[in-house]
Amino acid sequence: MIKAILIFNNHGKPRLIRFYQYFAEDMQQQIIRETFHLVSKRDDNVCNFLEGGSLIGGSDYKLIYRHYATLYFVFCVDSSESELGILDLIQVFVETLDKCFENVCELDLIFHMDKVHYILQEVVMGGMVLETNMNEIVAQVEVQNRMEKSELCNQN
Amino acid sequence: MALKIVKGSIDRMFDKNLQDLVRGIRNHKEDEAKYISTCIDEIKQELKQDNIAVKANAVCKLTYLQMLGYDVSWAAFNIVEVMSSSKFTYKRIGYLAASQCFHENTDVIMLTTNQIRKDLSSPNQYDTGVALTGLSCFVTPDLARDLANDIMTLMSHTKPYIRKKAVLIMYKVFLKYPESLRPAFPRLKEKLEDPDPGVQSAAVNVICELARRNPKNYLSLAPLFFKLMTSSTNNWVLIKIIKLFGALTPLEPRLGKKLIEPLTNLIHRSFSSRVLIFICFGFFKLAHKKSFSDVIVSLCYITVLISLSSGMPNHSASSVFLRISVVKYLGLLAMSKILKTHPKSVQSHKDLILQCLDDKDESIRLRALDLLYGMVSKKNLMEIVKKLMIHVDKAEGTTYRDELLTKIIDICSQSNYQYITNFEWYISILVELTRLEGTRHGHLIASQMLDVAIRVKAIRVFAVAQMATLLDNAHLLTGNMQRNGICEVLYAAAWICGEFSEHLENPVQTLEAMLRPKVATLPGHIQAVYVQNAAKLFATILKNQEGNTDSTAAQETSQMMIDRLPLFVQSANLEVQERASCILQLVKYIQKLQQKDVEVAEEVSALFAGELNPVAPKAQKKVPVPEGLDLDAWINEPPSESESEDEQPKAIFTKEEPKHSRPRHTEVDEKELARRREARKQEQANNPFYIKASPSSQKVYQEAPGVEHIPVVQIDLSVPLKVPGLPMSDQYVKLEEERRQKERAEKKKKEKKKRKEKRSGRGKKHDSGPESEEDITPAHVVDIVTEEMPEKSSKHKKKKQKKEKEEKEKKKKKKHHHHHHHSDGGGEESVQNGTVEEEEPLTFLVFPLPRKVCDIQGNLQDGSQVVVSVIFENKSDSFLKSMEFNVLDSLNSKLQRPEGSGPHDGLTVPFQLPPGVSNEARFVFTVQSIVMPQKLKGTLTFIVKDSSTHEKLDFKLHFTCTSYLITTPCYSDAFAKLLESGDLKSSSVRLEGVNMPFHHLLARICFHHHFSVVERIDSCASMYSRSIQGHHVCLLVKTSGQTVSIDAKCDEPTLLGNVLDEIKQTFSQC
Repeated sequence: MIKAILIFNNHGKPRLIRFYQYFAEDMQQQIIRETFHLVSKRDDNVCNFLEGGSLIGGSDYKLIYRHYATLYFVFCVDSSESELGILDLIQVFVETLDKCFENVCELDLIFHMDKVHYILQEVVMGGMVLETNMNEIVAQVEVQNRMEKSELCNQN
Repeated sequence: MALKIVKGSIDRMFDKNLQDLVRGIRNHKEDEAKYISTCIDEIKQELKQDNIAVKANAVCKLTYLQMLGYDVSWAAFNIVEVMSSSKFTYKRIGYLAASQCFHENTDVIMLTTNQIRKDLSSPNQYDTGVALTGLSCFVTPDLARDLANDIMTLMSHTKPYIRKKAVLIMYKVFLKYPESLRPAFPRLKEKLEDPDPGVQSAAVNVICELARRNPKNYLSLAPLFFKLMTSSTNNWVLIKIIKLFGALTPLEPRLGKKLIEPLTNLIHRSFSSRVLIFICFGFFKLAHKKSFSDVIVSLCYITVLISLSSGMPNHSASSVFLRISVVKYLGLLAMSKILKTHPKSVQSHKDLILQCLDDKDESIRLRALDLLYGMVSKKNLMEIVKKLMIHVDKAEGTTYRDELLTKIIDICSQSNYQYITNFEWYISILVELTRLEGTRHGHLIASQMLDVAIRVKAIRVFAVAQMATLLDNAHLLTGNMQRNGICEVLYAAAWICGEFSEHLENPVQTLEAMLRPKVATLPGHIQAVYVQNAAKLFATILKNQEGNTDSTAAQETSQMMIDRLPLFVQSANLEVQERASCILQLVKYIQKLQQKDVEVAEEVSALFAGELNPVAPKAQKKVPVPEGLDLDAWINEPPSESESEDEQPKAIFTKEEPKHSRPRHTEVDEKELARRREARKQEQANNPFYIKASPSSQKVYQEAPGVEHIPVVQIDLSVPLKVPGLPMSDQYVKLEEERRQKERAEKKKKEKKKRKEKRSGRGKKHDSGPESEEDITPAHVVDIVTEEMPEKSSKHKKKKQKKEKEEKEKKKKKKHHHHHHHSDGGGEESVQNGTVEEEEPLTFLVFPLPRKVCDIQGNLQDGSQVVVSVIFENKSDSFLKSMEFNVLDSLNSKLQRPEGSGPHDGLTVPFQLPPGVSNEARFVFTVQSIVMPQKLKGTLTFIVKDSSTHEKLDFKLHFTCTSYLITTPCYSDAFAKLLESGDLKSSSVRLEGVNMPFHHLLARICFHHHFSVVERIDSCASMYSRSIQGHHVCLLVKTSGQTVSIDAKCDEPTLLGNVLDEIKQTFSQC
């Protein structure tokens, strides 16, 4: 199970947070701060796994993250997930974002947090991996975007 | 009305949308909080409007603010309003907001039930999808209960998009409302074979999560997963399945063996692709089963990967999967899993792992540390600990340093200090560790000091000297003692100096150190020990001094005690106060006697007389109950229940006695018991007279037969060198090296003599043979408080036992394959020029005879085909090539040969076998009738490359009726119909003396005979399977006690009879 997905930039500013277990807002912010603190001090060429973040902690959990340009993508998962599988999933997610936004950059995430959420919803649902096939994900996202567009056109 | 709409859309034009909000926040970096609070006010206004578009926009902005840490739960009702919009666009916004901020205690969730139900049954699949996604995040027990049925229906929706979401969300529903699991399970199982890969993957996902919680219940699905594993190409599914098998194999060991070949195939299939790595690492997770070969295989892969990665330049920024650090981490993780069962194989990679300690990545270092624990041996302990000590010095960050410290102590103390050969070295390591700043583990170090000093008698002189130095330099430790726990060490130091004060070089100085005013700043429990041990020390000093003619020295000591002790009498700590005032009075009395020239030393030291012996934690149990003592009998009858507390009888004794007898204890509830146990443990931990069991040593204690061993007499060896002052542990490494060399030389000389001794003596761990682990005799011996010494008789015997074990294992292996495919790789024929190795008791390991294992499976697509997969394993040392597989066809079964070849030609096996390698080949047979089992004779010919000789190997293939059956799921209604139809003939069989739980029995039938469970009620289950030619086979299995009765129905009575015979055979073999 995936317990949380956090995206923040090089300064620790959250760009998307998705908790699959309830935490109050201040706790969420604290988790983001601590995670950022842990992840940001690591070199880019060390491994992508971290054990023992105390907040979303417990020995069963680990952080799996990837760093792309200005953004960190951090997944907090338990031992039922394969480390490499999650790394691959992050890649799939980022590539999907890239396709949907056409050359995605941090600004896209800043201004379209809702859209990023909708894309993520097609990849992970309730903490479990829903789809790993990128074409399928993109197709579903596009159909929904078209629906949204036609609804808004009809209204105006 | 029209006006309102116009007004609404005009408003909207001036409203901020999400982008505007974000832009605004970015433009107000200085007064962000203020800006946001005005935004929230605006949002509140927007929410009050009737226009749903405005509301949705507001909710969308709230979702963004929620991410920034603002509590938006006040808008929960508005979110529900937006959720219930008929427009997909707004609905989606509403559900997103809900999934971000709703939780179990959000009260408006109750209002959503009907809305969600409506959305679930919406004709638009995306409405349904959005509702499912949202629900997965905020499902509550109530929602789960109310909506379970709706979701279950969605599991068979026509659109795969909905099906996969519905399947996945079922896991959440199960968690919140476990009752739904039973009715939903058949459908979930069905989804494992869904035509859509996404749905399939979702079902695998859910079942894997379920199985993680309770693997036993999912054993029956093993065949199904097995099939999925061989057919699926989806990496994600494969990873999950392998993980699942990792959980199942401990329950059904045979599964492990079955898995080897498909896993190996997977690795071959996906060689050089990314999947390879996936699969490999998944594979290691399986390594905890006992089969040896697969561990070797996996180890090979890790080593290959680690060495590959270190030889590779770090160019692969593009491929994170091959990055050195990632591979290293995963390799270490995998090794730690293998280590549990196969420590030896991992030990050989010690250098590789030690290197990882130098890695700059903390994750990798922690992993490596974890591994080191399992890898130490007598030979490398000092080296490893030395390396760790260097790291302790270098380490920055207390967490990592504390981790290192505990690891060092864990490593050294594991299994009763099994690996420590020189305890002086260990003591100095402990002393060095006390110099660490800011560690939290002072207590741990203290308990180690106590433990070693008490149990290793030979070390006491040295330990006492060290502890005295520690006490003398206590100010170094207590400098910032408020923060750190290192002063706990003083507790141990004081106690050791007091208890073993006869070894002290300069007791007066130590006594002085213990009574310094600064001591009063230490924690209370440490002061108490100081006071008590000062008294012990005082007794020793008196004894020493009274021998002298000059009595003034003794009187001076008494005077010092009298001067210093009042400091402790004033202590706020009760324990300290009480002890101090007792001892103060005692010393005053002694002083009086001294002034009268009375010799008191004898009597004073009698206060602390008696040697402390280690006692095993379970020793009390070994003391026989004296005759005539019945612990269960009442000492006093318990007071009758009706009596209330206040009306207790006046007699005090009758009232108090029952407290100590049993009935009182039975009243205590579990929690209280646990609390007391904890308290007792605490007490024991603080009690230096009590030997604590380290978790690792527990096992040794357990099998403890007699009383006579409680204190084990130990061999005192002379301690080689006494080092003044605080020693450096490093020097011991050198010393140890010298000692070992000397020993080795001596050993060579005395080898003959020793061998004799060994046989008669209770040789602890002697074994000849160059450089073996057992060669290193410890410099000091720990009192191992166990009743069973690790007795090792001559090497010869050991080898024999090993052989016997091997033999047994092999037999077991053979047996396993026996019943459902009868491939006889060995035992029957010997090769003409084969030489039987003489020491090998097993006749079938004949050179160069490959062992074969095969599996026979029906082909569902073609009712007349059977696929036989054969594993060829070359167990010889030579290269085998040109293998030809041939079977003598019978009327009924024929080997399918390529067109144009004659009926007696063999099939060329499409590979060659280097020594030690195995590979799999498949052969297709056509069968006409499947109702009877059948044996086919065949031969395998091959050429041994070195000698270029043709060799021949005969074998038999046993086509059982079971192998024609194919696991097919069946639902109870269909099953009932089938039984009602009346076309089936029945038959039954009884199995006696089956001694296994019912679900194991079912799993066994499922696994070995390809059945699936239709329904199970208590000790009765119905099962179903289908043959490749479409015969239905139904079983009703009942159990009572050790008898199992199977009533079976099938439309082909001969087939049924044979299947039942085979089932019977399966159970007669176990």
